[in-house]
Amino acid sequence: MTQIPAPTFEWLELAPVLVVLVAACVGILLEALLRRESRFLAQIVVAEVGLLAALVFAVANWREGRIGSLAMGSVSLDGPAYLSWTALLVFGLLALSVFAERNLNDGASSFVASAASIPGSRHEREASAAGHEHSEVFPLALFSLAGMMVFTASGDLLTMFVALEVMSLPLYLLSGLARQRRLLSHESALKYFLLGSFASAFFLFGMALLYGYAGSFDIAALNQAVSAPLLGRGFLYAGMGLLAVGLLFKIGVVPFQSWVPDVYTGAPTPVTGFMAICTKLAALVGLARVFFVALGGERWTWQPVLAVLAVLTMAVGVVLALTQTDIKRLLAYSAISHAGFLLTAVVGAYQEVGSGQVNSFGAIAFYLIAYGFSTIAAFAVVTMVRNESGEATRLSDWAGLAKRNPWLASAFAVLLLSFAGIPLTGGFIGKWAVFASAWAGGFEWLAITGVAFSLVAAYFYLKVIVAMFFLEPAEGVEVGRASAFTIAPIAVGVAATVYLGLFPGPVMDLIAAAQVFAR
Amino acid sequence: MSPDQVLWLAAILFGIGAFGLVTRRNALVAFMCVELMLNAANLVLVTMSHVVGGLDGQVAAFFVMVVAAAEVVVGLSIIVMVYRARRSTSVDEASLLKL
Repeated sequence: MTQIPAPTFEWLELAPVLVVLVAACVGILLEALLRRESRFLAQIVVAEVGLLAALVFAVANWREGRIGSLAMGSVSLDGPAYLSWTALLVFGLLALSVFAERNLNDGASSFVASAASIPGSRHEREASAAGHEHSEVFPLALFSLAGMMVFTASGDLLTMFVALEVMSLPLYLLSGLARQRRLLSHESALKYFLLGSFASAFFLFGMALLYGYAGSFDIAALNQAVSAPLLGRGFLYAGMGLLAVGLLFKIGVVPFQSWVPDVYTGAPTPVTGFMAICTKLAALVGLARVFFVALGGERWTWQPVLAVLAVLTMAVGVVLALTQTDIKRLLAYSAISHAGFLLTAVVGAYQEVGSGQVNSFGAIAFYLIAYGFSTIAAFAVVTMVRNESGEATRLSDWAGLAKRNPWLASAFAVLLLSFAGIPLTGGFIGKWAVFASAWAGGFEWLAITGVAFSLVAAYFYLKVIVAMFFLEPAEGVEVGRASAFTIAPIAVGVAATVYLGLFPGPVMDLIAAAQVFAR
Repeated sequence: MSPDQVLWLAAILFGIGAFGLVTRRNALVAFMCVELMLNAANLVLVTMSHVVGGLDGQVAAFFVMVVAAAEVVVGLSIIVMVYRARRSTSVDEASLLKL
């Protein structure tokens, strides 16, 4: 009789993910065990403490230098994995803090009282009046975050697929839970779900074809099979293309961007802030891992295709953002254009650097870190500008905001300047890094195109700033009195944006020391 | 039966699923098309497992089934939520968000 060897599992190294998952499960238990009034607070504590503990584990493991292939090769813990885990956990802490805000909405959160109630029905009014709340949003976000963490550190494609679903499924639900404008929220959940599962089906089919090509799901084995081909390349090209569709969809690259504006607009604003950075970060690290490590030998094939997509993405994001009249849609199209800027660094695929310099992945990581702080803070600001029906998202409502609350308007202006890539903000250093790595990778024309598009993009950010500071205040709009749950992420986001712009050195060094993927 | 034939069958199923999702207007039918695509991928995984000579692909097929089941739970709850609010599951009527 043959012995089946027991699988090995490195508990300590995987502790950051496990802690997040345990916190999520504890959250589910709390739903069942606690009385309704105390649930929301308990969930906040469990979620934030869990994320903090996971962050401590991640940083401690990182300092100890625990790297390597874990859990029978399905998790590959290397520098980029630690970078993205730390970033995801920090962004998770900030984003979940915005989830917990209840002062802006007369003591209620941004989430619907009862998701099962029909909008406008008696049931809905009763649930709202009774103060019901969906505190399940915290465990859901934690599950999603755990999926993202595994996704960025996947050692094989099957783990990657499962992690992709674990990160996506809770997000589909979260985007349907807005308290205001529920029909829009439902619609965004439906669109996100149908298009998202469509994209993951492509990912899965591509994965199956690559398995046939390489005979293994391992990213390292795929790398070997690409450099020493045994079979025809048909499976490889088909698999590569289909896999890319799944990944590019999550990033929001043209032509797979159509969900971005709708979902960003319809989802509750705290959720939008969460997924705007965390999904994008996870998907880009996953894309870089697949394309740099597994398919690096085929770079001559995929570079031109991704270069064209990068140009299209920048163009669509920038041009359509010029015409938007809604702040959430504007930020959504701005997110698409940022996806394009980030893609230029992926196309550059620039690896050979001296010590202390960043390669393509390092540039992407820095951009995402700077963009993440600004994005979470920007969507937190959006939750604070309100009229009698809830969030005032029309751009005309934002006119003259500086006269009502100069602090908030200044904070938002700093964030917009960072999005636009104005010097002395983190966004500028990030743009500099990604365009430099596209240039160094031999795509000078792409870097120049990127610079041109970011100049055009500066126009619509400046338009909002001019409206906030130089127009007469709009009627019926006020800045809500938010608690520290919203103020803290905004303050941290603005401070980090300025800090990364003035002193990028320490973070750059950290990234430069951890930017090489394990092969 | 040669693996080639099975792979063609899987490709055709995947194509039908993708075409159906793009053209059908009912959210439930569109969702069924996604399931068809996942099962086409399963067919490829099992066939490739046979060709390559390992069990990885077959194990992967089980993972995919579990994931598909989880997706059904989430997907149906969203579709039911939309249906209760609108009394319709047509994707065309879900157009409050302009492009």
